[in-house]
Amino acid sequence: MATHEVTFPVTDPAEILKLRAGDEVIVQGHIIGIRDRTQIRIFDEGIEPPMDLTGAFLLHTAPGVRKVGPGRYEKICIGTTTSARMVRFTEGLGARYGVRAICGKGGFPDEAVEPMHRLGMVYFAIVGGAAALETTQIEEIEEVAWEELMPECLWKFRVSDFGPLTVGIDAHGSSLYRDVQDRARKKLEDIYARL
Amino acid sequence: MRVEESLAEKSSDFSAIVESAAAHLYVWALKDIPQDLRDALGDAAEKETSVIGQRVLQTILRNVNVAEDEKNLVCQDTGIAVYYCRVGEHFPLHPVRIYAALKEGTERATVEHPLRSNTVHTLTRESTGPNVGFRIPIVHWDFVPDWDGLDVKCVPKGSGSENMSFLKMCVPADGVSGIKRFVLESVVGAGGKPCPPGIVGVGIGGSADYAMHLAKEAIARSVGTRNPDPLVAQLEDELYELLNETGVGPMGLGGDVTVLSVHVENADTHMTLNPVAVNYQCWAARRASAHIAADGAVEYERDA
Repeated sequence: MATHEVTFPVTDPAEILKLRAGDEVIVQGHIIGIRDRTQIRIFDEGIEPPMDLTGAFLLHTAPGVRKVGPGRYEKICIGTTTSARMVRFTEGLGARYGVRAICGKGGFPDEAVEPMHRLGMVYFAIVGGAAALETTQIEEIEEVAWEELMPECLWKFRVSDFGPLTVGIDAHGSSLYRDVQDRARKKLEDIYARL
Repeated sequence: MRVEESLAEKSSDFSAIVESAAAHLYVWALKDIPQDLRDALGDAAEKETSVIGQRVLQTILRNVNVAEDEKNLVCQDTGIAVYYCRVGEHFPLHPVRIYAALKEGTERATVEHPLRSNTVHTLTRESTGPNVGFRIPIVHWDFVPDWDGLDVKCVPKGSGSENMSFLKMCVPADGVSGIKRFVLESVVGAGGKPCPPGIVGVGIGGSADYAMHLAKEAIARSVGTRNPDPLVAQLEDELYELLNETGVGPMGLGGDVTVLSVHVENADTHMTLNPVAVNYQCWAARRASAHIAADGAVEYERDA
């Protein structure tokens, strides 16, 4: 298992293809915060996002923030939410907007594996609940759009040494979550036989 | 007349005391996790042999320290405020007023800190206010005879773990093994979503609603405490061992430590019922307590 540093947004697809399920990744550059209502607005209500998502790293988050001026916010506590609720947007994010990485906690179900493979995308697992640490790795909230969805707006964060993240699903069709579930299901059969 | 006035005055003083205690507990619980939980996370890191599991657990331990150093919240999900109250028969404030004070305290903490507000109307999904709403916060009550104190425990409950709650009305013929199967199935099925390794709360017996109520009581206990009934305690130990054989691991990424502890609360039940409820508590199992005496003195205790 390798360790990588990747700066987002990425322009070279090789930056994503070099990552393998289980690898450790530290992220630099800019990441975009997004959540349920943000994606419902884009895909179900058909409203175009007012930020460029090409090559982007999306973080599943609804940050705790303090308003300091018109359209300006300071971080209080920024952590990551459960990804599985938002899996159905994967295809659209990759195919229509060129998103390259989605980061959240708890993993994506198997239906994400095929589109991520086809579209050259990865899923990064962050440690859920580790928000105090995550907040220190977010240097600044640079932009916010759709403030009326607070806190489920579209956020642009500048980050430094964001992680450690684990590649949960890679762009080659591998998923740690699927592997872990397969092994656990086999183990359950053993256990049930003993009960 | 004078007696009534002084009672009213006393009551409003106690409301203020309970309100302040609730506000303090909510923020404190979110920032400073109890020692038993810190110890359990440390033990988990010692046991874990997988590289990814270690990566996750070391990040969790680092995060707990960063929260302390930065005086920040451990997790951004300020949850739903849940309080557990043990009210003495002779405590000077009626539970109706205790509830109102807990609600005021929750609201005040949310506005003053400020904390992220999570409560919405279930149908419209519009915000209902600063972490309060219709029937929110949620309070569990226990009434204690021949006592004049009040114990309040605040357990903010995050949605990632609460979404991983499951109920099954097993039948008597399913027996104890049916209960075990359901708990195993629930925890494996939940995978990484509830932020493992955490506390698995299990409620058995009673009725459908009461089993889930008991599962929620179970997650509020100190990590690793055992049910006083030896038969139930044995079930806790067995489930703990079995769940940690599944290999789900920290954050569901694979590893040796899937759960920190299993707590089971039980009630007797109808001869044809065998209800089992699972309520998961994430690794950030936040809680903080206060004891309020009949003279208004407040003692705070993180590890109760």
